[in-house]
Amino acid sequence: MSEDVKKFLYVNRKAPYGTIYAQESLEVVLIGAAFDQDVEMAFLDDGVFQLTKNQDTKGVGLKNFSPTFRALGDYEVTKLYVEQESLDERGLTLDDLQDIQYEDEDDDWAEKPSIRVVSRAEMGKIMANQDVVLSF
Amino acid sequence: MAAYDVNGTAVEHDEEGYITNLSDWTPELADVIAKAEEIEMDDERWAVVNFLREYYEEYQIAPAVRVLIKAIKKSMGPEVGNNKYMYELFPYGPAKQACKIAGLPKPTGCV
Repeated sequence: MSEDVKKFLYVNRKAPYGTIYAQESLEVVLIGAAFDQDVEMAFLDDGVFQLTKNQDTKGVGLKNFSPTFRALGDYEVTKLYVEQESLDERGLTLDDLQDIQYEDEDDDWAEKPSIRVVSRAEMGKIMANQDVVLSF
Repeated sequence: MAAYDVNGTAVEHDEEGYITNLSDWTPELADVIAKAEEIEMDDERWAVVNFLREYYEEYQIAPAVRVLIKAIKKSMGPEVGNNKYMYELFPYGPAKQACKIAGLPKPTGCV
């Protein structure tokens, strides 16, 4: 990669359908990744609900965009950090989240999980390590 | 609003030719759209269109060109799955034009 590649972290703090933030964030992530930037995502507070399994939006009349998270591996977005404390506070565990995988090019295309559950303290370090942090 | 004519049935599309209601799509409609785009559908073009529809069904987005080409290369081999050949199949851009024929929305990030 050239020196112009910057590390971008998209921070998602909101539930998926109450506002447009979650869907817009995902759209920007896909566009950014298409431009060969180094893109990672973080999910905290109500943002952890974006990754939950079995979403059904019929009642709210909005498109269920949660399957799109599973396409992120195709765009080389392979690190989705989820904050442990945010899961705990909402009574959620890793089992409540979608199984999102990517193929590791450097390991004979082995399928590996994209979701990494990290502590609040680790999340702070991850954020400090970025060139650009965008909050949605 | 403008519409495609499929054996007497009108199917609405936007000003760029993308159909308004995704569930209106049929293979017959794909032929009509292709004709309007001056494209002759053959097995290879159908394979691309079918791949796009399956990808959309699974992930709810149309893939970026790079992702599309990588996938076609995997399923149909490098002689079809490369930039040059894909542009020969769909001169106005494999993502943009093939998505239109596949009845999908304009791909994310396309201007």
